[in-house]
Amino acid sequence: MLTGISGPRWYNARVPDQRTDPHSGPCKPKANKRMQKILVGIKRVIDYNVRVRVKPDGSGIVTDGVKMSINPFDEIALEEALRIKERGDAGEVVVVSIGADAAQQQLRTALAMGADRAIMVKEDAEVSPMTAANVFLKLIDKESADLVILGKQAIDDDNIQTGQMLAALWQRPQATFASKLELADGKAKVTREIDGGLEVIEVDLPAVITADLRLNEPRYVKLPDIMKAKRKPLDVTSLQELGVEPLGGITQEAFALPEGRSKGIMVDDVDGLVAALKDRGLF
Amino acid sequence: MANILIVAEHDGQTLNASIAKCVSCAGGFGGAPIDILVLAASGEAVAREAAALQGVNKVLLAERAENDKPLAAILAPQVAELAGGYTHVLGPSTTFGKDLLPRVAALLGVNQVSDIMEVLGEHRFKRPIYAGSAILTVSVDPGNKVVATVRSASYQPCDTGGEASIESVAIDCDLPDHSRYVELQAQTTDRPDLQTAARVVAGGRALASAENFKLVFDFADCIGAGVGASRAAVDAGYVPNDTQVGQTGKIIAPDVYFAFGISGAIQHLTGIKDAGVIVAVNKDAEAPIFEVSDIGLVGDLFEVIPQLQAKLGG
Ligand SMILES: Cc1cc2nc3c(=O)[nH]c(=O)nc-3n(C[C@H](O)[C@H](O)[C@H](O)COP(=O)(O)OP(=O)(O)OC[C@H]3O[C@@H](n4cnc5c(N)ncnc54)[C@H](O)[C@@H]3O)c2cc1C
Ligand SMILES: Nc1ncnc2c1ncn2[C@@H]1O[C@H](COP(=O)(O)O)[C@@H](O)[C@H]1O
Repeated sequence: MLTGISGPRWYNARVPDQRTDPHSGPCKPKANKRMQKILVGIKRVIDYNVRVRVKPDGSGIVTDGVKMSINPFDEIALEEALRIKERGDAGEVVVVSIGADAAQQQLRTALAMGADRAIMVKEDAEVSPMTAANVFLKLIDKESADLVILGKQAIDDDNIQTGQMLAALWQRPQATFASKLELADGKAKVTREIDGGLEVIEVDLPAVITADLRLNEPRYVKLPDIMKAKRKPLDVTSLQELGVEPLGGITQEAFALPEGRSKGIMVDDVDGLVAALKDRGLF
Repeated sequence: MANILIVAEHDGQTLNASIAKCVSCAGGFGGAPIDILVLAASGEAVAREAAALQGVNKVLLAERAENDKPLAAILAPQVAELAGGYTHVLGPSTTFGKDLLPRVAALLGVNQVSDIMEVLGEHRFKRPIYAGSAILTVSVDPGNKVVATVRSASYQPCDTGGEASIESVAIDCDLPDHSRYVELQAQTTDRPDLQTAARVVAGGRALASAENFKLVFDFADCIGAGVGASRAAVDAGYVPNDTQVGQTGKIIAPDVYFAFGISGAIQHLTGIKDAGVIVAVNKDAEAPIFEVSDIGLVGDLFEVIPQLQAKLGG
């Protein structure tokens, strides 16, 4: 149904395709509108290459002197938003981070990648997925956003929740774990990576999309872009200023190391391997 | 006293294996009654399977044409509607559950607990964070409803042979029409399912091509194993996405896991921590996979696999 996107751009097709949407006539401009704005979530997390350590007293994770980066899935989300804009299907890409002020650094990187504007929502306490979702909801309203692309998962808390919660609060569709996104006629056709394979769904816009690893390969930031990014607007606000009440309800009591596996053995050859397997009653 | 609602995952015909594990997890709440909700277009067979799970109080069957395919936006309002009568709403931490439960939690106005690996009390749980590099103990405010996903690899399936009653329920709520199911692109295979297989054979980037991966498939077939892969192998297009094991793939717990040409990145290891025995074959003696393997062999997988197959397959 949406396979015709290689033809005229979905927003400026002058003659609406009667076959795809019997309700869209020339006086129904909604379906062919170019999107104004895409919001993208940018979470600051410990770099995925860092070996994470637990504080000896179990009160948290060691972050002092540890390399911080944009959550990898958020880079993918941003890359997708930039490609949509560069195709001419959206006007502006706005990146948002909620949390410690230090995340301005990641927002600057996002601006250097190509985002137009950044919003830093300061909050020193732990930001729960529901709080983050409520912030995005507020910003959708303020910014009149048409599409929100988040990462499927923040690799620190591994919650995998924010996009779904936002979609529920916004009463709009969600397309999570996206590995392919096609926009046409005010709809998104999304291929999702699920346990059983690849699932394709179609949702009306506006909607929330969450990016999986294979959606795209994010671009590298070039030096001149870093300089240019310094002049791009970065607004700083706070939960309070936005009028968002933090929503807790789950207390993080203690952090511990996982149980290690007992030390294994090395064998010299395939015979040794077979013997070791048989030893353990596995074959 | 707690009472628990488990949202069933199914494909219209059979109940997903993760649900029996959710029931085991729910069994840790000190004997609280456990109900299972089957949302389906026609779900008799699935409901009967759910009713046979040992420890289940009753099965609620909500049949509605819209429930034919598992769209979170369609299912969530129905689960939220029914959740009123329960203290806990649980689902599996499969892609189905991860898609659905947060939407349910938001409709109920609460945060959600992801990946319960241990129940410490009605409102206290352990869960992995940072790809399993740390274990976090969380407590949910006792006044709040608990909405959570259950980490399947942490639980054994419950027994069957139960005879819970099946009740048809009509859930009266408006459903949105903004989300539509198009299709599932899946490769049908006779191989054991990765998530329940007792044996799994996995290959990494070292396989270097889809053709070479045949080596892995052949060995797997020979010993009746499921097939897994690293992200690098999936990204390179050697194998489909549903074979990926790890933080962003499947978390599995087979009796034995063979890792051929997989370096052992933390994101991969988190998917196999609960395996009984990890066998690693890698030509680099320094590969991090050897830090977690139970049996390690430094060698070339292209030589090792055929030999192993000859010795084990016969
Ligand atoms: C956000 C994020 C999420 C991720 N999620 C996942 C995930 O879910 N699952 C996952 O697997 N990865 C995941 N990754 C990727 C992960 O970090 C690694 O890049 C990936 O696991 C590497 O795959 P590999 O071991 O196959 O490849 P490599 O790291 O390239 O390792 C190949 C190995 O093969 C060995 N080798 C080469 N030739 C031979 C031979 N002939 N015989 C024997 N051994 C040989 C080499 O010595 C090497 O150790 C994720 C990364 C990020 C950033
Ligand atoms: N504090 C935050 N700031 C910006 N984006 C966030 C924040 N928390 C969550 N997100 C977005 O939501 C996605 C999923 O996060 P989570 O639900 O925590 O796994 C992330 O990849 C981000 O895109």
